[in-house]
Amino acid sequence: MTTTDASTKDAPAKDAAAKSPRTLARERRRRSVARFWRQYRTHRAGLFGLAALALFVLLALLAPLLVGADVQSVTKAPGKPLEAPSGEFLLGTDKDGRSMLGLLIWGARFSLTVGFLAAALSVAIGTLIGITAGHYKGWYSTVIMRVTDWFLVMPTLVLAIALASVLSRSIWTIILAIGVTTWPTTARLVRAQTLAVESRPYIERAKALGGGHSHIMTRHVLPNVMPLVLAQTTLVISSAVLTEATLAFLGLGDPTVTSWGGLLQDARDSGATTKWWYVMPPGIAIALVALSFTLCGRAVESVLNPRLGASR
Amino acid sequence: MTESTLLSAADVHVTFPGRRGSGSARAVDGVHLALGKGEIVALVGESGCGKTTLARTLLGLEKPTAGHITFDGAPLSYDSRSLKAYRNRVQLVLQDPSGSLNPRHTVYEAVAEGLRVHGYAGDEQAKVAEALARAGLRPPERFFQRYPHELSGGQRQRVVIAGALVLDPELIVADEPVASLDASVRGEILALLLSLREELGLSALVVTHDLGLAWNIGDRVAVMYLGRVVETGTVEEVLTSPQHPYTQALLSVLPEAPGEPVVLTGEPPDPTRIPGGCRFHARCQVLASGEAERAGVADACRTKDLPVLSAEHRTQAACHWAARAVTPQGPEASPAP
Amino acid sequence: MTTAPLLDIKDLTVTYDSGAAAVRGVDLTLEAGQKLGIAGESGCGKSTLALALLRLLPAGAKLTGEVLLDGEDVLTMKWGRLRAVRWAGASIVFQGAMHSLNAVHRVGDQIAEPMLIHGTVPASGVRKKVTGLLEHVGLPASRADAYPHELSGGQRQRVMIAMALACDPKLIVADEPTTALDVMIQAQILRLIEQLVAEQDVGLIMISHDLAVLADTCDRLAVMYAGRVVEQGPASEVYAAARHPYGKALSAAFPRIGDPSSRHAPRGLAGDPPDPSDLPSGCTFHPRCPVAIEACSVEDQELRGERDWQAACLHV
Repeated sequence: MTTTDASTKDAPAKDAAAKSPRTLARERRRRSVARFWRQYRTHRAGLFGLAALALFVLLALLAPLLVGADVQSVTKAPGKPLEAPSGEFLLGTDKDGRSMLGLLIWGARFSLTVGFLAAALSVAIGTLIGITAGHYKGWYSTVIMRVTDWFLVMPTLVLAIALASVLSRSIWTIILAIGVTTWPTTARLVRAQTLAVESRPYIERAKALGGGHSHIMTRHVLPNVMPLVLAQTTLVISSAVLTEATLAFLGLGDPTVTSWGGLLQDARDSGATTKWWYVMPPGIAIALVALSFTLCGRAVESVLNPRLGASR
Repeated sequence: MTESTLLSAADVHVTFPGRRGSGSARAVDGVHLALGKGEIVALVGESGCGKTTLARTLLGLEKPTAGHITFDGAPLSYDSRSLKAYRNRVQLVLQDPSGSLNPRHTVYEAVAEGLRVHGYAGDEQAKVAEALARAGLRPPERFFQRYPHELSGGQRQRVVIAGALVLDPELIVADEPVASLDASVRGEILALLLSLREELGLSALVVTHDLGLAWNIGDRVAVMYLGRVVETGTVEEVLTSPQHPYTQALLSVLPEAPGEPVVLTGEPPDPTRIPGGCRFHARCQVLASGEAERAGVADACRTKDLPVLSAEHRTQAACHWAARAVTPQGPEASPAP
Repeated sequence: MTTAPLLDIKDLTVTYDSGAAAVRGVDLTLEAGQKLGIAGESGCGKSTLALALLRLLPAGAKLTGEVLLDGEDVLTMKWGRLRAVRWAGASIVFQGAMHSLNAVHRVGDQIAEPMLIHGTVPASGVRKKVTGLLEHVGLPASRADAYPHELSGGQRQRVMIAMALACDPKLIVADEPTTALDVMIQAQILRLIEQLVAEQDVGLIMISHDLAVLADTCDRLAVMYAGRVVEQGPASEVYAAARHPYGKALSAAFPRIGDPSSRHAPRGLAGDPPDPSDLPSGCTFHPRCPVAIEACSVEDQELRGERDWQAACLHV
């Protein structure tokens, strides 16, 4: 003797039977994205950050059309060295007579690429370590967390400088140097969240169902730490952009490509730091991109995790 | 009754290492328990008496420090492959249905989880629908894409039960299955457990502090106190004529119980410091009233530990006084002072 | 005309921001020294009712009607007066004893806090009063120095009761005071509450979904469903022979041990409680009612029957 626990209202559920589970799942996902966007829209700072980012990404993507790869060429430089801004060169020229505006737009490509890839690497390492350290208790967790702490107290920049100067100079070195030095914060956060999730009864239920370690980590823990990871990613991107600029400024970047940090370094090396059009635009661009990512990250964080967002 | 035994525990001990300063906790301190095919046994006791630890041990989620578990004639082994096979046959239902469902999984995913874990090769959707319908969620398709927060407490518990049923288990271990549900829903969920036994021949071990639940659905009952079963037998015998003073006290404080309630003072003692003699003697109302003294067992109560109750189905109580009262020259009787 | 009752609730309604009508026209009275039990399942409005008594509801909740505490309307009271009433007039014992205590303060200090805020006891006498209260609720005075996590569930609930008693209230509202506790601890706490009510002549409102517990402790019983009182009467009689089908279902939910009719026959109620923002037509209970007739889906029912024992059902 069982009863139907069905309430008679609920029109959407009624035609649910007619549609296949897959279409239903897709609809549901679309709805949840729409809900996310509705809430995100209420954060004005987040919207500003998103708009600024969209502009930067668009510029970076369209750079080959807008300015062409030639802007980097020293031999085909159109102007005289260190020309002040004028109708021809809106932001003046650099020490080799290249258009600063063109270099700036071209530099966005490199800075953003490094930012995204380094953050992806960093967050991937952090998530993997965080989840495993939270899931496997005992000596594994202890050892891993000590290593994490060690990385955490190491000054990131010093470590990155050491790595970048030992390895050959290329974009991958920079990504690697940033990636392997910035993961500990993510690992700590993810581990804490993992511990919280692991104490929930549904983990016990999954174990009793016969679910192994990988089942629990991928099916239960990962979806529950994803919002945190997503918010963390945007924050890490902003610091990766900054670190990249710093490394390049210190002369540890890839000398064959144009980057914002590299422009600043050129300015310093050529003793042109008094020429404001040489120093200010890359500096402002770096600050703006970092700020936009931070604003987006904060907004995402407060939408996905209202309790965290309250402390904004 | 000639039921064959499905699950049994033989002299199971579970000891947890103590935290700084305190000794180790003997959560389960020697338990024999047997569960027949198609039988519903209620394991009753206060919180901290070790009933949940015992249930977890029976499920293989905890490894006994001593003693062993036998399922369907074979001893339970703890390598991961045989444990996984075991979990295909024995299922767990937890107290809090809201907590035992992952908030990010739909009802369909929650129920299909067991099938996916065990690599079910057949028609997954049909199987899930069947389990949901069995658990009383009809028509099942309407519930597939719902999330736990869109369901009522009773519906959530039905989803948890469906998730257990989907693997066609032989035994369900339910830890306080209705404690966090409303009064009106409680009866429905208990009726569901009973009907599953009738239709599928499912056995169940129900862990609870609620004696009314045992009366509602249990065939046999085992009363636990501080890591041991102190009284066991058929529900009718134990709940209507309890022998052990602890069972008597538990029954007397129920709101509708006749007679003067025996309210034991204090909290249940600590499993890190199990008293010598009968483990209940410090709170025992029979000893305190001097009745044990008159029966000549007071010394035994204070100094002599009782033998562990056997897993046999007959009604038995681990009490010097009860043994004395039944047979004046009881086997455990100590020389009178 | 006799004197005004301690608590007189007149046609109270509470509507939340979301449009959910949590309480829909409740009339209840309580004399000093009397114990009233309010029964019902989650979502029936019983906790909202308790919070409304002291205007503890979240902003945005709309209240109408009157809540007369000693003849004074709590709903129209000035803020300063309300603050005084919240401790000295009436106090609430919440269900989650762990969450209602602050983990970083000693329990003695937490008990003393309201006395210091309201200045009901001179600062020098506070310590003595705290000791007295702890002893009153059956805890040794030394426990005043303990932190909440050092206490067991039952002890914490005792501390909550001591806090409620701190300013000698005239009315105590206990919201599921024993829900998470074992039978033995539950019995201890219920005895304690009964004894305190008898000694101090306060009024008690106890809220639970367990009709047996309420019948055992209280004088009168009100059964709530979907924001309304659907039955009220003398506690033991309502428990033994409820007139409203919902009251019957609730009292059958917890079996009497030894009663052969409930052996292997748990009794429950099909269906789910209605959504407060989308209530069924007519009698709100009709979709789940085993004895509903056609008229029930159209006609709403008022409480009827003798003054002392009323039920809102067509069959009464």
